[in-house]
Amino acid sequence: MAKAAVRAGLVAVGLAWVLVTQVVLAADAKTYVLEGSKAAALESCVEPTDVMRRKHMELIKHQRDATVHGGIRSSKHSLAGCVECHIRTDADQVPTPIHQKDEFCGACHAFAAVNLNCFDCHASVPKGPGAELASHAAFQAAGVDRSIQARPDGEDH
Amino acid sequence: MKDHHEPTDRPADAGPADSGRRAFMGVAAGVAGAVVAPGVVLHSVAAAPRSEAVTGDVRWGLLIDTAKCADGCSACVEACDRENGLNLQNKPEGASQEHWDDQKAVWIRKVKLQDNQTGRVTNLPMMCQHCENPPCVDVCPTGASFKRADGIVMVDRHTCIGCRYCMMACPYKARSFIHKVMEDQLTRVPRGKGCVESCNLCVHRRDFGEESTACVDACREAGHEAIVFGDLKDPESAIRKQLAETASRQIREDLSLNTGVRYSGI
Ligand code: SF4
Ligand code: SF4
Repeated sequence: MAKAAVRAGLVAVGLAWVLVTQVVLAADAKTYVLEGSKAAALESCVEPTDVMRRKHMELIKHQRDATVHGGIRSSKHSLAGCVECHIRTDADQVPTPIHQKDEFCGACHAFAAVNLNCFDCHASVPKGPGAELASHAAFQAAGVDRSIQARPDGEDH
Repeated sequence: MKDHHEPTDRPADAGPADSGRRAFMGVAAGVAGAVVAPGVVLHSVAAAPRSEAVTGDVRWGLLIDTAKCADGCSACVEACDRENGLNLQNKPEGASQEHWDDQKAVWIRKVKLQDNQTGRVTNLPMMCQHCENPPCVDVCPTGASFKRADGIVMVDRHTCIGCRYCMMACPYKARSFIHKVMEDQLTRVPRGKGCVESCNLCVHRRDFGEESTACVDACREAGHEAIVFGDLKDPESAIRKQLAETASRQIREDLSLNTGVRYSGI
């Protein structure tokens, strides 16, 4: 009887602890969306926030195969979309690479001790002609009204 | 040319939808072309990004008229470099120029041929030939080197382990390896250390519904019009019509690779 009570007590303490850490984590995680990025002004990402926190890597991985092998570029789960929406600019309006340790991707992956190598190959700031096309679907899904404009070839060169 | 996709084995509904889309793209390009001066064409036409997987109904290819390819001109090479961010590479500190010229990534090269008996000189641009039966795909241990359904041969950098077996297998010396950490990539062309890469017929332009490739545009702007890009399976395409009219060859046709890049005047 006493044993059972102790066990129940321990379970309760354990549960409470899990809950507390969750809340602390959630509070922590909130800080990763940075002031000054487009994302900061939005209610949620291209999926509900808890889905994005747990599953963004799966969404991106699925999308990469569809894009590389099938040529599909209209998905809201595009890495280009993540970058353009979560990036912030410095005082001179120069975008700060998103994988740097104080930026959106870099800071959270540092906290979670995950080695982030997307940006060994992918652009860590929106760059070059057509970059805005690559993130258009993500912006639409997140409800950002942003019109695409054609620009003459060579403007960036 | 082997062609297993004659209209007979195509699903009945594929035809109209496909021609409808082509017509739409034609209209969109026409509108964009109309607002700029002749000879200057906008690439970033607001055409819809592709939302369905590519199919074997098209096979992209190039036809190069070597008679029009000018000695000393490198417009196509420079355009390719800019399009794909290859101009953002830097020579590693301490490396000799010779070593760098040998090792930097190059997707398209100018090649000069001389017939020693007659003295005739021919210039041509050389890039991945987009083989129908690509040796680079045969040898790849991970499946990273692959042929897309629309005939584009490319590397899936997510699965490439950098073994460089494909570079040895390619008869055209078309592939490059990235030796150093990259920092300045373009959004549309991810590329990084430890992977092999080569011409992908401006695959991002294909997927965003644009009309041509960077090299084709640059060659036209330089006044040579030596390169034609198009669908080798579409009897109405400019490339098919020109192939039907002029004699053309595959380089190393003895290897039976059925290349998607053809040359006339050699
Ligand atoms: S030219 Fe070389 S890289 Fe291109 S498909 Fe053929 S073997 Fe592969
Ligand atoms: S270098 Fe990459 S693409 Fe080439 S054979 Fe090796 S794994 Fe395949």
